[in-house]
Amino acid sequence: MAVVGRALLILALVVALYGIGASLFGARTRRREWVDSGRRAVYALAGLATLAFAILEVAFFRSDFSYNVVAQHSSTTTPTFYKLAAAWSSQEGSLLLWVFLLSVWSSLILFLTRRKVREIAPYATAVLLGFGAFFTSLAVFFANPFATSANPPAEGAGLDPLLLHPSMMIHPPMLYSGYTLLTIPFAFAVGALVTGRLGAEWISVTRRFALAAWLFLGVGILLGARWSYTELGWGGYWAWDPVENAALMPWLCITAFIHSIMIQEKRGMLKIWNASLVLGAGTLSILGTFLVRSGILNSIHAFGASTLGVPFVTLIGAMVIGSIGLIVWRREQLRSDARLESLWSREAVFLFQNMVLVAMVLVVFWITFFPLISQALTGTKVSVGPPAFRPFIVPLALILVLLSGIGPIIAWRRVTVANLRRGFVLPVAAGLVTLIVLLVVPGGPSSRPFALIMFALAGFVLTGVVQELWRGVAARRAITHDAVPVALVGLIRRNRRRYGGYIVHAGLAVLLVGVAASSSFQHSQDVLLSPGQKAHVDGYTIRYVRPVESVTEQKIAFGAVLNVSKGGKHVTTVTTTRNFYPSQDPNDGLIGKFFDTANSDSAVGLDAGLRRDIWTVINVQTAPLAGLINQGNNVFAKYAPQVMTQAATLPPARAQQAMNMLWTERDVAVAEIAHRFVTHPWKTEFLLIVDPLVTWIWLGALIIGGGGLIALWPVPTLARRRAAAPQAARPSGPPPVPVREPA
Amino acid sequence: MTGPLALLLVLAVVAGLVLFISGPLRRPSPSAEEPPDVAELEAAREAKYRELRDAELDHRTGKLSDEDYAELDTVLRAEAIEILRELDRTGEALPSPGP
Amino acid sequence: MSDGGFGGRGMGESVQMDPSRKRVIRLSVALTAALLLATALVYESFSAGTKEFTASQLLAKGKPGQTYELAGTVLTGSVRHEGTALLFRIRDPKLHVSVPVRYTGIVPDPFAAGRAVMVSVREGTGTTYVGQQNSLTTKCPSKYQAAAAS
Repeated sequence: MAVVGRALLILALVVALYGIGASLFGARTRRREWVDSGRRAVYALAGLATLAFAILEVAFFRSDFSYNVVAQHSSTTTPTFYKLAAAWSSQEGSLLLWVFLLSVWSSLILFLTRRKVREIAPYATAVLLGFGAFFTSLAVFFANPFATSANPPAEGAGLDPLLLHPSMMIHPPMLYSGYTLLTIPFAFAVGALVTGRLGAEWISVTRRFALAAWLFLGVGILLGARWSYTELGWGGYWAWDPVENAALMPWLCITAFIHSIMIQEKRGMLKIWNASLVLGAGTLSILGTFLVRSGILNSIHAFGASTLGVPFVTLIGAMVIGSIGLIVWRREQLRSDARLESLWSREAVFLFQNMVLVAMVLVVFWITFFPLISQALTGTKVSVGPPAFRPFIVPLALILVLLSGIGPIIAWRRVTVANLRRGFVLPVAAGLVTLIVLLVVPGGPSSRPFALIMFALAGFVLTGVVQELWRGVAARRAITHDAVPVALVGLIRRNRRRYGGYIVHAGLAVLLVGVAASSSFQHSQDVLLSPGQKAHVDGYTIRYVRPVESVTEQKIAFGAVLNVSKGGKHVTTVTTTRNFYPSQDPNDGLIGKFFDTANSDSAVGLDAGLRRDIWTVINVQTAPLAGLINQGNNVFAKYAPQVMTQAATLPPARAQQAMNMLWTERDVAVAEIAHRFVTHPWKTEFLLIVDPLVTWIWLGALIIGGGGLIALWPVPTLARRRAAAPQAARPSGPPPVPVREPA
Repeated sequence: MTGPLALLLVLAVVAGLVLFISGPLRRPSPSAEEPPDVAELEAAREAKYRELRDAELDHRTGKLSDEDYAELDTVLRAEAIEILRELDRTGEALPSPGP
Repeated sequence: MSDGGFGGRGMGESVQMDPSRKRVIRLSVALTAALLLATALVYESFSAGTKEFTASQLLAKGKPGQTYELAGTVLTGSVRHEGTALLFRIRDPKLHVSVPVRYTGIVPDPFAAGRAVMVSVREGTGTTYVGQQNSLTTKCPSKYQAAAAS
């Protein structure tokens, strides 16, 4: 079957190359049938990629170790759920996943737009197939997922325990979906620039997919943050790691784009800017895909130097040069139809927002790539740590939140003093009140001015959103006389983009409040405790009540039950454990392999609340058991070979019996040793953190996701026609006014 | 999976692919379709209608004063008329409307 | 380009400025802001940055009192605990040279012998380098390449 899989990949490459040729030929000669054939090549690519991916997944499911990737990344003891995810924990499998997702999304959009953007679509098809061909050829020539070996091992290496987390199933596919979805606006932008058609049609098609990409990528990023916080033993959710940054940068670009595209839609301005944003986001997403697997930057995600560096850098270089070339070539067509009238307008706010977002991208880019930049300039790799981001990102984030509050309230084109008053009095008052209250409250956040300003701004933004919803509901009720909830639903349904967007802003404010609070007011303690001892963190008393241990076939868990109390009153009880998975290292010994700290991870003891999280993790060292473990190793090192030689002389059934007895005795010994953690506990290291408002981050994320979905939700065609009908009837009324600008 | 069976499977896939992808090429050439300019104008029209609705909502929620709204509405409607006129003109130029 | 059909109403339009001059002013302001940002960035990164060294580079070029980012793999068999401190050796990815480190603070889950790590270090007493607290990062174990020699 592996041969079939490889054949499918080669076919996929051929199909992709054909599709590029057919689409371009059809576009140049204006022959529809070739364009259609090219589009079908995309569908075919999706089919082939799906089949190939299915074959790979089946191999993982069946633990077919003749496949090299299965042998290297899975094992018979890996839970089924994670066997399937193991497919994309490898270089080869993840490339296949990329091709699969790219071809599926491309098929979807090309199908949905098959009767629209007819001039642009063939070029977009060619670009998308170009990406497909690139990644497929990587899988065919450099990192073959279907490589087999003649002597498959009896057992696979298994999935690293760190990856045995539900997020592992979701985070990479989500991120890859985001990245692949970003190639679509990129492709359509290239097509639009080549054909010179950056008008209303291009906008309406691109914005929806840009929004979808924004949503998926954002969810992927936030899932990664949550995974980091709940799984990894450091208690944080964002490390400014190069690969995290690589996903953030295109997301910031697309956030800018979905706002500035509205200006182009209404006023015909910012065409060059928008095209650049889209092209930049697409390029950055490929850059992100590359960073993850390149090792050029030291990062917890950088998976080592690979042979894929040269092809990727070539592709990225081609994308950058091509993008710049296209924009320069078409700059006449990209001239604005209008000019910015007033700085006091929604257009101006969007423009500022764009500049802030781009500034953020530049800051993140510069600091992330600084080791390479400095190496190029000075010969030494100089890295700038995460604290370097703060002086830039924090003020920029504050300005961003401010703008996100002003935007929904201010009008297009130009505002008057009266309108400003009407719109801003309440939100500004709310912001000021928040500020004053927080300043005055004892033990409040006045020691951290930036957090304080963020809280005040959040008050401003949230009040603004509520005000807008309220006024919209009132306006609707004036006509429909519905009850408030009905009117609210109706209002949002009929103006999804607007109110979906406002909800996203509200979610952003909530999220950033969580970020500000949890980064400014975190208290942590790194302590050594014996059972019965306690530590104090931020007014909470955390007592190490008793040790716990459990032994299963998959792991040995050493943990602690911790009692948390405040002011004498019990708050919560949490359990944190350190899990030890059997290692493959023969140096560990037959007993020691179960206690190897190298193959361990931590399970966080977390009590999440609306006001604060209590986050605890235990770091158990098995050194105190070393004596017993060595004893056990020696005993079994002598005993096991004896049993095995004896078993070789016995008939198969009896031999199996003998071996089983051996392993049972070993398991008993291991369990006895493990139990000493409970009977003779030793001083163990704990990291204890009290972190305020972390839950607000996840809540904010949910609100953002909900708002994004609302904005993305397609308006039923019937409703659209109904909305258009009364407008169509009107133009016959008043005599036409001389138009200010040509349509 | 044994060699010959795998080969057969791959050949079947190849055959399917060729049939599927060459489908449009084997059909008789399609009827005249609407010129791209019509699609562009229709998209512009939809966008203009949305702008009109947005302005109306802005007015009803108090972002635009009565005077500003009246002026904006007139301008937008004039722009909409222009687009509709353009559409009519392009439509007349066609011998028969497309699908 | 006319100033639009809205006449002279609105904020700050009492003095009719030539629109193109307004644009020039706005452009200059934007460019100045960008320039300031860029300057701040460049200054910050070159002054606050720490050099990334491998073990061999650290031994050859490291100066006492300076902090460096030490990158390499953890030498198998060198990991020990002393109270809350972690002692290990980091070896050069290419050469057979290793450097002892004494580190306190959070140890990331994936930390193990043979794994690639990075830690901020300063020269300490004797030959041991002192790792800055909580500066240890380890590469996530998703194996995108064949297992490296440890």
